[in-house]
Amino acid sequence: MTFDVAAIRKDFPILDRTVRGGKPLIYLDSANTSQKPRQVIDAMTEFYERYNANIHRATHELGEEATEAYEGARAKVAAFIGASEQSEVVFTKNVSEAINLVAYSLGNSGRIGAGDEIVVTEMEHHSNLVPWQLLCQRTGARLRWFSVTKDGRLDLGQAGDLINERTKVVAIAHQSNVLGTINPVSEIAARAHAAGALVLADAAQSVPHGLVDVSSLGADLVGFTGHKMCGPTGIGVLWARRQLLEELPPFLGGGEMIESVWMDHSTYAAPPHKFEAGTMPIAEAVGLGAAIDYLSDLDLTAARAHEQQLLGRALAALCDIEGVRILGPAGTADRGSALSFTVKGVHPHDISQVLDDAGVAVRAGHHCAWPLHRALGVQSSTRASFYLYNTMDEVEALADGIRTAQKFFGTR
Amino acid sequence: MPGRDVESGVMQLESMYQEIILDHYRHPHHRGLREPFDAEVHHVNPTCGDEITLRVTVKDAGGEPAIADVSYDALGCSISQASASVLTDLVIGKPVSEALAVSDAFLDLMHSRDSEPDDEVLGDAVVFAGVAKYPARIKCALLGWMAWKDATARAVSSLEVED
Repeated sequence: MTFDVAAIRKDFPILDRTVRGGKPLIYLDSANTSQKPRQVIDAMTEFYERYNANIHRATHELGEEATEAYEGARAKVAAFIGASEQSEVVFTKNVSEAINLVAYSLGNSGRIGAGDEIVVTEMEHHSNLVPWQLLCQRTGARLRWFSVTKDGRLDLGQAGDLINERTKVVAIAHQSNVLGTINPVSEIAARAHAAGALVLADAAQSVPHGLVDVSSLGADLVGFTGHKMCGPTGIGVLWARRQLLEELPPFLGGGEMIESVWMDHSTYAAPPHKFEAGTMPIAEAVGLGAAIDYLSDLDLTAARAHEQQLLGRALAALCDIEGVRILGPAGTADRGSALSFTVKGVHPHDISQVLDDAGVAVRAGHHCAWPLHRALGVQSSTRASFYLYNTMDEVEALADGIRTAQKFFGTR
Repeated sequence: MPGRDVESGVMQLESMYQEIILDHYRHPHHRGLREPFDAEVHHVNPTCGDEITLRVTVKDAGGEPAIADVSYDALGCSISQASASVLTDLVIGKPVSEALAVSDAFLDLMHSRDSEPDDEVLGDAVVFAGVAKYPARIKCALLGWMAWKDATARAVSSLEVED
Protein backbone atom coordinates (compact mmCIF):
# COMPACT_ATOMS: atom_id res chain seq x y z
CA MET A 1 0.00 0.00 0.00
CA THR A 2 1.40 3.41 -0.90
CA PHE A 3 1.02 6.11 1.64
CA ASP A 4 -1.41 8.72 0.35
CA VAL A 5 -0.67 11.93 2.25
CA ALA A 6 -3.17 13.95 0.24
CA ALA A 7 -5.96 11.60 1.29
CA ILE A 8 -4.86 11.71 4.91
CA ARG A 9 -4.76 15.50 4.92
CA LYS A 10 -8.41 15.56 3.88
CA ASP A 11 -9.25 13.87 7.19
CA PHE A 12 -7.85 16.81 9.17
CA PRO A 13 -10.18 19.81 8.81
CA ILE A 14 -7.76 22.25 10.44
CA LEU A 15 -5.17 21.72 7.70
CA ASP A 16 -7.49 23.63 5.37
CA ARG A 17 -7.32 26.88 7.29
CA THR A 18 -5.10 29.83 6.63
CA VAL A 19 -3.16 31.88 9.16
CA ARG A 20 -1.48 35.29 9.37
CA GLY A 21 -3.30 36.96 6.55
CA GLY A 22 -4.21 34.13 4.22
CA LYS A 23 -1.19 31.87 4.33
CA PRO A 24 -1.87 28.13 4.27
CA LEU A 25 -1.19 26.55 7.64
CA ILE A 26 2.00 24.49 7.72
CA TYR A 27 1.75 22.65 10.99
CA LEU A 28 5.13 21.40 12.18
CA ASP A 29 4.34 21.24 15.88
CA SER A 30 2.88 17.75 16.27
CA ALA A 31 5.36 16.74 18.97
CA ASN A 32 3.67 19.48 20.99
CA THR A 33 0.17 18.35 20.11
CA SER A 34 -1.08 16.62 16.97
CA GLN A 35 -4.04 17.74 14.92
CA LYS A 36 -7.28 15.74 15.07
CA PRO A 37 -8.97 13.89 12.22
CA ARG A 38 -12.66 14.38 11.54
CA GLN A 39 -13.29 10.85 12.82
CA VAL A 40 -12.13 11.81 16.32
CA ILE A 41 -14.04 15.08 16.38
CA ASP A 42 -17.19 13.28 15.20
CA ALA A 43 -16.84 10.49 17.76
CA MET A 44 -16.70 13.01 20.59
CA THR A 45 -19.62 15.00 19.23
CA GLU A 46 -21.62 11.81 18.84
CA PHE A 47 -20.90 10.87 22.43
CA TYR A 48 -22.28 14.18 23.71
CA GLU A 49 -25.20 14.19 21.28
CA ARG A 50 -26.28 10.56 21.60
CA TYR A 51 -25.13 8.76 24.75
CA ASN A 52 -23.60 11.16 27.27
CA ALA A 53 -23.88 9.63 30.74
CA ASN A 54 -21.63 8.82 33.64
CA ILE A 55 -19.92 5.44 33.55
CA HIS A 56 -20.05 2.43 35.86
CA ARG A 57 -22.79 3.94 38.00
CA ALA A 58 -25.71 4.97 35.79
CA THR A 59 -28.31 2.18 35.66
CA HIS A 60 -29.91 3.32 32.42
CA GLU A 61 -29.37 2.64 28.76
CA LEU A 62 -27.26 5.76 28.19
CA GLY A 63 -25.06 4.77 31.10
CA GLU A 64 -24.60 1.32 29.63
CA GLU A 65 -23.62 2.77 26.27
CA ALA A 66 -21.22 5.30 27.79
CA THR A 67 -19.60 2.60 29.94
CA GLU A 68 -19.25 0.33 26.93
CA ALA A 69 -17.62 3.11 24.91
CA TYR A 70 -15.23 4.04 27.75
CA GLU A 71 -14.19 0.45 28.42
CA GLY A 72 -14.12 -0.15 24.67
CA ALA A 73 -11.55 2.64 24.40
CA ARG A 74 -9.48 0.90 27.06
CA ALA A 75 -9.58 -2.30 25.02
CA LYS A 76 -8.47 -0.41 21.90
CA VAL A 77 -5.55 1.14 23.78
CA ALA A 78 -4.55 -2.27 25.13
CA ALA A 79 -4.59 -3.80 21.67
CA PHE A 80 -2.70 -0.85 20.12
CA ILE A 81 0.22 -1.18 22.54
CA GLY A 82 0.21 -4.97 22.78
CA ALA A 83 -0.94 -5.19 26.40
CA SER A 84 -1.95 -8.67 27.46
CA GLU A 85 -4.90 -7.43 29.54
CA GLN A 86 -7.21 -4.44 29.31
CA SER A 87 -6.97 -4.02 33.08
CA GLU A 88 -3.33 -3.05 32.63
CA VAL A 89 -4.44 0.20 31.01
CA VAL A 90 -5.12 3.03 33.47
CA PHE A 91 -6.59 6.26 32.13
CA THR A 92 -5.04 9.46 33.46
CA LYS A 93 -5.19 13.14 32.51
CA ASN A 94 -1.86 13.12 30.68
CA VAL A 95 1.67 11.71 30.93
CA SER A 96 2.58 14.05 33.76
CA GLU A 97 -0.27 12.63 35.82
CA ALA A 98 0.65 9.06 34.87
CA ILE A 99 4.23 9.56 36.09
CA ASN A 100 3.11 11.40 39.22
CA LEU A 101 0.76 8.50 39.92
CA VAL A 102 3.68 6.10 39.79
CA ALA A 103 6.01 8.32 41.84
CA TYR A 104 3.46 8.97 44.58
CA SER A 105 2.22 5.42 44.66
CA LEU A 106 5.73 3.99 44.83
CA GLY A 107 6.58 6.47 47.58
CA ASN A 108 3.47 5.55 49.56
CA SER A 109 4.17 1.84 49.12
CA GLY A 110 7.28 2.17 51.27
CA ARG A 111 9.42 0.77 48.46
CA ILE A 112 11.58 3.90 48.24
CA GLY A 113 13.64 5.21 51.14
CA ALA A 114 16.81 7.03 52.15
CA GLY A 115 19.83 5.48 50.46
CA ASP A 116 17.82 4.26 47.48
CA GLU A 117 18.48 5.65 44.04
CA ILE A 118 16.26 6.76 41.18
CA VAL A 119 17.87 6.99 37.75
CA VAL A 120 16.66 9.32 35.00
CA THR A 121 18.40 10.90 32.01
CA GLU A 122 19.50 14.38 31.09
CA MET A 123 17.18 14.33 28.07
CA GLU A 124 13.95 13.94 30.03
CA HIS A 125 10.93 16.13 29.54
CA HIS A 126 10.21 17.89 32.85
CA SER A 127 7.27 15.51 33.28
CA ASN A 128 9.68 12.60 33.72
CA LEU A 129 12.06 14.55 35.93
CA VAL A 130 10.20 16.77 38.39
CA PRO A 131 7.97 13.97 39.82
CA TRP A 132 11.15 12.02 40.64
CA GLN A 133 12.81 15.07 42.21
CA LEU A 134 9.73 15.41 44.41
CA LEU A 135 9.81 11.71 45.29
CA CYS A 136 13.46 12.01 46.29
CA GLN A 137 12.64 15.03 48.47
CA ARG A 138 9.85 13.09 50.21
CA THR A 139 11.82 9.91 50.77
CA GLY A 140 15.47 10.91 51.01
CA ALA A 141 16.30 8.83 47.94
CA ARG A 142 19.03 10.07 45.61
CA LEU A 143 18.39 11.16 42.02
CA ARG A 144 21.01 10.16 39.45
CA TRP A 145 21.06 10.51 35.70
CA PHE A 146 22.57 9.42 32.42
CA SER A 147 24.41 12.18 30.56
CA VAL A 148 23.76 12.96 26.94
CA THR A 149 26.58 12.68 24.42
CA LYS A 150 27.39 15.41 21.90
CA ASP A 151 25.50 13.56 19.18
CA GLY A 152 22.38 13.38 21.33
CA ARG A 153 22.52 9.81 22.61
CA LEU A 154 22.56 8.51 26.16
CA ASP A 155 26.03 7.77 27.50
CA LEU A 156 25.37 4.09 28.11
CA GLY A 157 28.92 3.63 29.42
CA GLN A 158 27.58 5.04 32.69
CA ALA A 159 25.06 2.23 33.09
CA GLY A 160 27.34 0.03 35.19
CA ASP A 161 27.83 2.78 37.76
CA LEU A 162 24.33 4.27 37.63
CA ILE A 163 22.33 1.06 37.84
CA ASN A 164 23.22 -0.91 40.95
CA GLU A 165 21.69 -2.67 43.93
CA ARG A 166 20.48 0.67 45.36
CA THR A 167 18.56 1.54 42.18
CA LYS A 168 14.81 1.30 42.66
CA VAL A 169 13.50 2.99 39.51
CA VAL A 170 14.95 3.77 36.11
CA ALA A 171 12.78 6.32 34.30
CA ILE A 172 13.66 7.17 30.71
CA ALA A 173 12.17 8.71 27.62
CA HIS A 174 11.54 6.17 24.88
CA GLN A 175 11.94 8.96 22.35
CA SER A 176 13.29 12.41 23.19
CA ASN A 177 10.84 15.22 22.52
CA VAL A 178 13.75 17.53 21.66
CA LEU A 179 16.41 15.38 20.01
CA GLY A 180 14.20 12.74 18.45
CA THR A 181 16.61 10.13 19.84
CA ILE A 182 15.03 6.73 20.32
CA ASN A 183 16.59 5.22 23.42
CA PRO A 184 17.40 1.51 23.81
CA VAL A 185 14.78 0.94 26.52
CA SER A 186 14.96 -2.86 26.44
CA GLU A 187 18.74 -2.86 26.82
CA ILE A 188 18.59 -0.50 29.80
CA ALA A 189 15.63 -2.40 31.23
CA ALA A 190 17.56 -5.67 31.15
CA ARG A 191 20.25 -4.10 33.34
CA ALA A 192 17.71 -2.47 35.61
CA HIS A 193 15.79 -5.70 36.07
CA ALA A 194 18.98 -7.58 36.87
CA ALA A 195 19.54 -5.02 39.63
CA GLY A 196 15.96 -5.44 40.87
CA ALA A 197 14.78 -1.99 39.72
CA LEU A 198 11.53 -1.04 38.03
CA VAL A 199 11.63 0.65 34.63
CA LEU A 200 9.30 3.41 33.50
CA ALA A 201 9.30 4.56 29.88
CA ASP A 202 7.90 7.95 28.91
CA ALA A 203 6.47 6.98 25.55
CA ALA A 204 4.63 10.23 24.79
CA GLN A 205 6.64 10.71 21.60
CA SER A 206 6.82 7.11 20.43
CA VAL A 207 3.31 5.70 20.83
CA PRO A 208 1.87 8.22 18.29
CA HIS A 209 4.09 6.66 15.64
CA GLY A 210 3.01 3.12 16.47
CA LEU A 211 6.42 2.31 17.90
CA VAL A 212 5.38 0.74 21.18
CA ASP A 213 4.68 -2.89 21.94
CA VAL A 214 4.75 -3.15 25.71
CA SER A 215 5.32 -6.89 25.55
CA SER A 216 8.75 -6.33 23.99
CA LEU A 217 9.68 -2.80 25.11
CA GLY A 218 11.03 -4.08 28.41
CA ALA A 219 9.54 -1.40 30.65
CA ASP A 220 7.33 -2.25 33.63
CA LEU A 221 5.44 1.02 33.37
CA VAL A 222 4.71 3.07 30.26
CA GLY A 223 3.10 6.51 30.08
CA PHE A 224 1.71 8.30 27.04
CA THR A 225 -0.92 10.85 26.13
CA GLY A 226 -3.86 10.99 23.74
CA HIS A 227 -3.40 14.45 22.28
CA LYS A 228 -0.11 13.69 20.55
CA MET A 229 -1.65 10.73 18.70
CA CYS A 230 -4.63 12.34 16.96
CA GLY A 231 -6.75 12.13 20.12
CA PRO A 232 -8.09 14.87 22.38
CA THR A 233 -6.36 16.61 25.27
CA GLY A 234 -7.27 15.59 28.81
CA ILE A 235 -6.71 11.84 28.43
CA GLY A 236 -3.48 9.99 29.04
CA VAL A 237 -2.53 6.41 29.74
CA LEU A 238 -0.45 4.55 32.25
CA TRP A 239 0.23 0.96 31.30
CA ALA A 240 1.77 -1.35 33.88
CA ARG A 241 1.97 -5.07 34.45
CA ARG A 242 -1.14 -6.31 36.23
CA GLN A 243 0.75 -7.64 39.24
CA LEU A 244 2.50 -4.31 39.77
CA LEU A 245 -0.78 -2.41 39.59
CA GLU A 246 -2.19 -4.78 42.20
CA GLU A 247 0.75 -4.19 44.52
CA LEU A 248 0.81 -0.42 44.26
CA PRO A 249 -1.42 1.60 46.61
CA PRO A 250 -3.93 4.09 45.17
CA PHE A 251 -2.82 7.58 44.14
CA LEU A 252 -5.93 9.77 44.27
CA GLY A 253 -8.81 8.79 46.56
CA GLY A 254 -12.45 9.41 45.73
CA GLY A 255 -15.42 8.12 43.82
CA GLU A 256 -15.30 4.88 41.85
CA MET A 257 -11.85 3.78 43.06
CA ILE A 258 -13.22 1.98 46.12
CA GLU A 259 -14.48 -1.46 46.98
CA SER A 260 -16.05 -0.61 50.38
CA VAL A 261 -16.01 2.53 52.48
CA TRP A 262 -16.45 2.99 56.24
CA MET A 263 -16.04 6.20 58.20
CA ASP A 264 -12.52 5.37 59.25
CA HIS A 265 -11.16 3.35 56.35
CA SER A 266 -11.76 1.98 52.87
CA THR A 267 -10.83 -0.92 50.68
CA TYR A 268 -10.08 -0.38 47.04
CA ALA A 269 -11.30 -1.52 43.67
CA ALA A 270 -9.15 -3.80 41.54
CA PRO A 271 -6.93 -2.18 38.89
CA PRO A 272 -7.38 -0.24 36.73
CA HIS A 273 -10.30 1.36 38.62
CA LYS A 274 -8.23 1.65 41.80
CA PHE A 275 -6.30 4.41 40.00
CA GLU A 276 -9.24 6.17 38.35
CA ALA A 277 -10.78 8.34 41.08
CA GLY A 278 -13.77 10.53 40.33
CA THR A 279 -15.60 10.99 37.05
CA MET A 280 -13.08 10.37 34.32
CA PRO A 281 -12.74 12.26 31.01
CA ILE A 282 -15.25 9.99 29.28
CA ALA A 283 -15.70 11.84 26.00
CA GLU A 284 -11.92 12.16 25.78
CA ALA A 285 -11.51 8.41 26.25
CA VAL A 286 -14.05 7.88 23.47
CA GLY A 287 -12.04 10.33 21.34
CA LEU A 288 -8.82 8.46 22.08
CA GLY A 289 -10.54 5.22 21.08
CA ALA A 290 -11.51 6.83 17.77
CA ALA A 291 -7.93 8.07 17.30
CA ILE A 292 -6.64 4.54 17.77
CA ASP A 293 -9.21 3.24 15.29
CA TYR A 294 -8.01 5.92 12.87
CA LEU A 295 -4.32 5.06 13.31
CA SER A 296 -5.01 1.32 13.19
CA ASP A 297 -6.80 1.68 9.86
CA LEU A 298 -3.68 3.26 8.38
CA ASP A 299 -0.54 1.44 7.39
CA LEU A 300 1.58 2.74 10.25
CA THR A 301 4.73 1.18 8.85
CA ALA A 302 4.22 3.20 5.68
CA ALA A 303 3.39 6.28 7.77
CA ARG A 304 6.66 5.90 9.65
CA ALA A 305 8.56 5.49 6.40
CA HIS A 306 6.93 8.69 5.18
CA GLU A 307 7.89 10.54 8.37
CA GLN A 308 11.45 9.23 8.06
CA GLN A 309 11.62 10.61 4.53
CA LEU A 310 10.45 13.99 5.74
CA LEU A 311 12.98 13.89 8.57
CA GLY A 312 15.80 12.84 6.25
CA ARG A 313 15.03 15.66 3.86
CA ALA A 314 14.75 18.17 6.72
CA LEU A 315 18.06 17.07 8.22
CA ALA A 316 19.74 17.48 4.84
CA ALA A 317 18.08 20.82 4.08
CA LEU A 318 18.97 22.30 7.47
CA CYS A 319 22.52 20.98 7.29
CA ASP A 320 22.91 22.97 4.08
CA ILE A 321 22.06 26.24 5.79
CA GLU A 322 25.15 27.91 7.21
CA GLY A 323 24.79 28.76 10.89
CA VAL A 324 22.23 26.05 11.63
CA ARG A 325 23.13 23.56 14.34
CA ILE A 326 20.98 20.47 14.61
CA LEU A 327 20.51 19.15 18.13
CA GLY A 328 20.46 15.38 18.29
CA PRO A 329 21.48 12.63 15.90
CA ALA A 330 22.47 13.80 12.43
CA GLY A 331 21.00 10.73 10.71
CA THR A 332 17.58 9.13 10.73
CA ALA A 333 18.62 5.85 12.41
CA ASP A 334 17.00 5.31 15.81
CA ARG A 335 15.58 8.76 15.54
CA GLY A 336 12.03 10.07 15.51
CA SER A 337 10.75 13.06 13.64
CA ALA A 338 11.27 15.85 16.17
CA LEU A 339 14.00 18.14 14.86
CA SER A 340 15.40 20.86 17.11
CA PHE A 341 17.97 23.35 15.95
CA THR A 342 19.62 26.67 16.63
CA VAL A 343 20.49 29.36 14.12
CA LYS A 344 23.61 31.39 14.76
CA GLY A 345 22.80 34.97 15.64
CA VAL A 346 19.01 34.58 15.62
CA HIS A 347 17.11 33.69 18.78
CA PRO A 348 14.63 30.77 18.52
CA HIS A 349 11.73 33.10 19.34
CA ASP A 350 12.68 35.29 16.42
CA ILE A 351 13.07 32.27 14.11
CA SER A 352 9.65 30.99 15.07
CA GLN A 353 8.17 34.47 14.61
CA VAL A 354 9.48 34.69 11.06
CA LEU A 355 8.28 31.13 10.34
CA ASP A 356 4.87 31.98 11.83
CA ASP A 357 4.67 34.97 9.51
CA ALA A 358 5.00 32.48 6.64
CA GLY A 359 2.32 30.23 8.15
CA VAL A 360 4.79 27.70 9.53
CA ALA A 361 3.93 26.63 13.10
CA VAL A 362 6.92 25.41 15.14
CA ARG A 363 7.87 25.56 18.79
CA ALA A 364 10.54 27.78 20.33
CA GLY A 365 12.01 27.58 23.80
CA HIS A 366 13.36 24.75 25.90
CA HIS A 367 10.45 22.39 25.09
CA CYS A 368 10.06 21.41 28.76
CA ALA A 369 13.61 20.04 28.72
CA TRP A 370 15.63 22.81 30.30
CA PRO A 371 18.42 20.64 31.74
CA LEU A 372 18.95 19.06 28.32
CA HIS A 373 19.44 22.48 26.74
CA ARG A 374 21.94 23.39 29.46
CA ALA A 375 23.80 20.14 28.84
CA LEU A 376 23.99 20.94 25.12
CA GLY A 377 25.20 24.43 25.88
CA VAL A 378 22.27 26.19 24.26
CA GLN A 379 19.82 28.50 25.95
CA SER A 380 16.85 27.40 23.86
CA SER A 381 16.04 26.02 20.44
CA THR A 382 13.47 25.93 17.68
CA ARG A 383 11.75 22.61 17.05
CA ALA A 384 9.97 21.37 13.97
CA SER A 385 8.19 18.04 14.30
CA PHE A 386 6.67 15.97 11.53
CA TYR A 387 3.68 13.68 11.59
CA LEU A 388 1.83 11.54 9.11
CA TYR A 389 0.00 14.47 7.50
CA ASN A 390 3.09 16.55 6.68
CA THR A 391 4.52 16.91 3.17
CA MET A 392 7.88 17.46 1.48
CA ASP A 393 6.74 20.95 0.44
CA GLU A 394 6.27 21.79 4.09
CA VAL A 395 9.83 20.71 4.83
CA GLU A 396 11.01 23.09 2.09
CA ALA A 397 8.91 25.88 3.60
CA LEU A 398 10.71 25.32 6.90
CA ALA A 399 14.12 25.66 5.26
CA ASP A 400 12.98 28.72 3.29
CA GLY A 401 11.66 30.32 6.47
CA ILE A 402 14.98 29.85 8.26
CA ARG A 403 16.80 31.53 5.37
CA THR A 404 14.28 34.38 5.43
CA ALA A 405 14.93 34.86 9.14
CA GLN A 406 18.67 34.98 8.55
CA LYS A 407 18.19 37.65 5.89
CA PHE A 408 15.76 39.61 8.03
CA PHE A 409 18.08 39.71 11.00
CA GLY A 410 21.07 40.32 8.80
CA THR A 411 23.10 37.29 9.79
CA ARG A 412 23.38 35.96 6.23
CA MET B 1 -8.56 33.52 17.85
CA PRO B 2 -9.45 32.76 14.23
CA GLY B 3 -10.07 35.70 11.97
CA ARG B 4 -7.77 38.12 13.73
CA ASP B 5 -5.60 38.16 10.66
CA VAL B 6 -5.07 41.46 8.96
CA GLU B 7 -5.46 41.89 5.24
CA SER B 8 -3.96 39.21 3.11
CA GLY B 9 -0.49 39.49 1.69
CA VAL B 10 0.83 42.17 4.01
CA MET B 11 4.26 41.42 5.38
CA GLN B 12 3.58 41.66 9.08
CA LEU B 13 7.07 41.11 10.38
CA GLU B 14 7.97 44.79 10.05
CA SER B 15 5.05 45.76 12.27
CA MET B 16 6.65 43.86 15.13
CA TYR B 17 10.31 44.27 14.28
CA GLN B 18 10.41 48.04 13.85
CA GLU B 19 13.78 49.42 12.81
CA ILE B 20 14.25 50.99 16.26
CA ILE B 21 13.79 47.57 17.88
CA LEU B 22 16.33 45.98 15.56
CA ASP B 23 18.77 48.84 16.22
CA HIS B 24 18.52 48.40 19.96
CA TYR B 25 18.86 44.63 19.54
CA ARG B 26 22.03 44.95 17.49
CA HIS B 27 23.49 47.79 19.55
CA PRO B 28 22.04 47.63 23.06
CA HIS B 29 22.39 50.67 25.32
CA HIS B 30 23.73 50.58 28.88
CA ARG B 31 24.44 46.88 28.64
CA GLY B 32 26.80 45.15 31.09
CA LEU B 33 26.71 44.97 34.88
CA ARG B 34 28.13 47.98 36.69
CA GLU B 35 29.16 48.86 40.24
CA PRO B 36 28.02 50.26 42.57
CA PHE B 37 24.38 49.22 42.75
CA ASP B 38 21.64 49.27 45.37
CA ALA B 39 19.71 46.21 44.20
CA GLU B 40 20.23 43.32 41.83
CA VAL B 41 17.56 40.91 40.56
CA HIS B 42 17.52 37.90 38.28
CA HIS B 43 14.34 37.24 36.30
CA VAL B 44 13.58 34.41 33.89
CA ASN B 45 10.87 33.74 31.37
CA PRO B 46 10.02 30.11 32.18
CA THR B 47 8.44 29.46 28.80
CA CYS B 48 11.64 30.04 26.85
CA GLY B 49 14.42 30.25 29.39
CA ASP B 50 15.30 33.86 28.59
CA GLU B 51 16.93 35.57 31.52
CA ILE B 52 18.11 38.92 32.74
CA THR B 53 20.28 40.04 35.64
CA LEU B 54 19.55 43.69 36.31
CA ARG B 55 20.96 46.22 38.73
CA VAL B 56 19.48 49.53 39.83
CA THR B 57 21.24 52.39 41.55
CA VAL B 58 19.16 55.17 43.05
CA LYS B 59 20.22 58.61 44.18
CA ASP B 60 18.62 61.42 46.09
CA ALA B 61 17.47 64.15 43.74
CA GLY B 62 16.19 67.09 45.72
CA GLY B 63 14.37 65.07 48.35
CA GLU B 64 13.01 62.36 46.11
CA PRO B 65 14.69 59.21 44.84
CA ALA B 66 15.79 59.09 41.22
CA ILE B 67 17.26 56.36 39.01
CA ALA B 68 21.01 56.93 38.87
CA ASP B 69 21.85 53.87 36.78
CA VAL B 70 20.41 50.66 35.37
CA SER B 71 22.84 48.01 34.20
CA TYR B 72 22.06 44.53 33.00
CA ASP B 73 23.21 41.32 31.44
CA ALA B 74 20.63 39.36 29.48
CA LEU B 75 20.13 36.35 27.26
CA GLY B 76 17.12 36.44 25.03
CA CYS B 77 15.34 37.23 21.81
CA SER B 78 15.44 40.49 19.91
CA ILE B 79 12.27 41.73 21.59
CA SER B 80 13.45 41.13 25.15
CA GLN B 81 16.92 42.54 24.43
CA ALA B 82 15.66 45.64 22.68
CA SER B 83 13.05 46.24 25.33
CA ALA B 84 15.65 46.22 28.11
CA SER B 85 17.83 48.60 26.11
CA VAL B 86 14.98 51.06 25.47
CA LEU B 87 14.03 50.85 29.13
CA THR B 88 17.43 52.02 30.29
CA ASP B 89 17.26 55.05 27.98
CA LEU B 90 13.86 55.96 29.35
CA VAL B 91 14.37 55.58 33.09
CA ILE B 92 17.99 56.52 33.82
CA GLY B 93 18.05 60.01 35.32
CA LYS B 94 14.31 60.16 35.96
CA PRO B 95 12.75 60.51 39.41
CA VAL B 96 11.51 57.07 40.50
CA SER B 97 7.86 58.21 40.46
CA GLU B 98 8.18 59.39 36.86
CA ALA B 99 10.03 56.26 35.80
CA LEU B 100 7.31 54.13 37.35
CA ALA B 101 4.73 56.06 35.34
CA VAL B 102 6.63 55.14 32.17
CA SER B 103 6.68 51.49 33.18
CA ASP B 104 2.94 51.58 33.92
CA ALA B 105 2.32 53.08 30.50
CA PHE B 106 4.46 50.36 28.91
CA LEU B 107 2.47 47.67 30.73
CA ASP B 108 -0.77 49.25 29.50
CA LEU B 109 0.60 49.28 25.97
CA MET B 110 1.45 45.58 26.15
CA HIS B 111 -1.94 44.61 27.49
CA SER B 112 -4.07 46.55 25.06
CA ARG B 113 -4.12 45.67 21.40
CA ASP B 114 -5.84 48.77 20.11
CA SER B 115 -5.11 51.76 22.33
CA GLU B 116 -3.06 54.68 21.02
CA PRO B 117 0.28 54.76 22.82
CA ASP B 118 1.28 58.02 24.49
CA ASP B 119 4.62 58.81 22.88
CA GLU B 120 5.25 61.72 25.24
CA VAL B 121 5.51 59.26 28.12
CA LEU B 122 6.82 56.25 26.23
CA GLY B 123 9.29 57.76 23.80
CA ASP B 124 11.01 55.06 21.72
CA ALA B 125 9.05 52.40 23.60
CA VAL B 126 5.96 53.13 21.48
CA VAL B 127 7.51 50.97 18.76
CA PHE B 128 6.63 47.94 20.88
CA ALA B 129 2.94 48.48 20.11
CA GLY B 130 3.30 45.91 17.33
CA VAL B 131 4.49 43.29 19.82
CA ALA B 132 1.26 43.60 21.81
CA LYS B 133 -0.54 41.98 18.86
CA TYR B 134 1.35 38.74 19.50
CA PRO B 135 0.35 37.46 22.96
CA ALA B 136 3.19 34.93 23.05
CA ARG B 137 5.76 37.73 22.78
CA ILE B 138 4.39 40.11 25.42
CA LYS B 139 6.34 38.32 28.14
CA CYS B 140 9.51 38.86 26.12
CA ALA B 141 8.92 42.60 25.98
CA LEU B 142 8.09 42.74 29.68
CA LEU B 143 11.01 40.71 31.02
CA GLY B 144 13.35 43.67 31.50
CA TRP B 145 10.60 45.97 32.77
CA MET B 146 9.46 43.50 35.41
CA ALA B 147 13.05 43.02 36.54
CA TRP B 148 13.58 46.78 36.66
CA LYS B 149 10.40 47.35 38.69
CA ASP B 150 11.42 44.66 41.16
CA ALA B 151 14.98 45.97 41.49
CA THR B 152 13.80 49.57 41.84
CA ALA B 153 11.39 48.68 44.64
CA ARG B 154 14.25 46.95 46.46
CA ALA B 155 16.66 49.81 45.83
CA VAL B 156 14.17 52.39 47.10
CA SER B 157 13.39 50.38 50.21
CA SER B 158 17.12 50.00 50.93
CA LEU B 159 17.42 53.79 50.59
CA GLU B 160 14.62 54.22 53.11
CA VAL B 161 16.28 51.82 55.55
CA GLU B 162 19.48 53.86 55.34
CA ASP B 163 17.52 57.00 56.19
